[in-house]
Amino acid sequence: MTKIKVEHLHFHYGDFLALSDISMAIKERQITGLIGPSGCGKSTFLRCLNRMNDTIPGTRVEGTVLLDGQDIYAPGTAVVELRRRVGMVFQRPNPFPQSVFNNVAFGPRVLGLHRNGRLADIVEESLRGAVLWDEVKNDLRQDALSLSLGQQQRLCIARAIAVKPEVILMDEPCSALDPIDTLQIEELMRMLKESYTIVIVTHNMQQAARVSDWTGLFWLGELVEFGATQDIFTNPKQELTENYITGRLG
Amino acid sequence: MNRHLVQRLGFAMLGLAALVVVVPILLVIGTIVARGMGAISWEFLSAMPREGMKAGGILPAIVGTLLLTVGTALAAIPVAVGGAIYLAEYARDTWLTRAIRLAIINLAGIPSVVYGLFGLGLFVLFLQFGTSILAGSLTLAIMTLPIIISTAEEALRAVPVEFRTVSASLGGTRWQGIRNIILPQALPGIITGVILGLLRAAGETAPILFTVAAFFLPHLPRTVLDQTMTLPYHLYVISTQVPGMPPQIQYGTALVLLGLVLSLNVVATIIRSYYRRRRQW
Repeated sequence: MTKIKVEHLHFHYGDFLALSDISMAIKERQITGLIGPSGCGKSTFLRCLNRMNDTIPGTRVEGTVLLDGQDIYAPGTAVVELRRRVGMVFQRPNPFPQSVFNNVAFGPRVLGLHRNGRLADIVEESLRGAVLWDEVKNDLRQDALSLSLGQQQRLCIARAIAVKPEVILMDEPCSALDPIDTLQIEELMRMLKESYTIVIVTHNMQQAARVSDWTGLFWLGELVEFGATQDIFTNPKQELTENYITGRLG
Repeated sequence: MNRHLVQRLGFAMLGLAALVVVVPILLVIGTIVARGMGAISWEFLSAMPREGMKAGGILPAIVGTLLLTVGTALAAIPVAVGGAIYLAEYARDTWLTRAIRLAIINLAGIPSVVYGLFGLGLFVLFLQFGTSILAGSLTLAIMTLPIIISTAEEALRAVPVEFRTVSASLGGTRWQGIRNIILPQALPGIITGVILGLLRAAGETAPILFTVAAFFLPHLPRTVLDQTMTLPYHLYVISTQVPGMPPQIQYGTALVLLGLVLSLNVVATIIRSYYRRRRQW
């Protein structure tokens, strides 16, 4: 099942064409990995999927991004609701400087979700979902910034899933973490894909090979090759892809 | 000359320069405390002036200054903080916002006596508030606006952009992000700005000269449309307008004003350092 269908997407920063004619089908409840060198447009692409680029002045989008068949760039789209459905985890763990509880509760509170159930239940469920519950359950009032970096990033994942999104976008979620925390997050991603569609940007090729079901290589704003991860890494069709994954490029 | 000697000499000069800054402050405080302390008594703080203000207390001036400060806070804080939020969070860079910023900078540079005259024209005469606490508070509020706006805007801008982005990514509206994340983070900075602004208002004489200050009143103000005595103006009056005023009363009044202002300042410093220690971004 295709969750997000991107067709002929172009993205301009002023006069600069950052993404050129990207088409891609992102499968539901699978992990799609986007790789490529810095500045190739993969993060920009990711942020097109929940319209986080909207706030940057001087940007322009062409083409369509269909989420469950609905064009998210169609006029009249409720962007705030879109972002609830398409959550995001960022490069640097960025919990709010508040308690663990309040971090996870932020989304449900602003969306009014807690009126349907107890806020504490949502928080517990989300923390369990991010495999952080056992480490923090004794003191949910503790300052989120007192957690380790790896825990902070899992807290950010808990915060993202607390609003019950359908898609989670991850923008190099492990680049600030050590190898052990990284493996933990990757393990977590494999669990999360049971319930969520995940798109991850990484410039760690091994990570893409380890966790993703689908892989796309971006190069200078273009999608060079996109396919099943196994094919991309063992039998790439493009010479550029082969050179990149074997380390002769980038 | 040996370069190490040059360095030592340089540091000595710089240290001296730093010392020069501290000396006048200590001298001012020292003089006023030494000469005014003798005047401070319960009666001085809690009684009405007697015998042409040469005896008794300065209660109406203290009450007047406190009322004016509260009035200024009520009028200035909502406008200034609201303006700061608009400028920091919503306003795009257009000719209009640039004009607003320019106006704020200029507002800060206007001599305080001009505010006094403006208040006289607008509030006292045109709006017919008369010489009153209302007119004085509003005049002081306008003078205080640029101080609060600039510090509050700076405090808001100091909160990392990331938090706004995260809030949006969770489906929060812009205002929900501001209300729940940005404002609480910026609050200590905003409070500091508010206190610094009010400090300045509490100590000013010129803006209240034509708008509220009374030379002498035998009673405390009863409504916001009453005139009132105030500490800075009272100090001016008893220092220049009343012959034969005992110096102790003059210095005592100065000491009370200084104490009021400095204690507000200390509160601001404590708030700032408390939150700065807790802040981790």
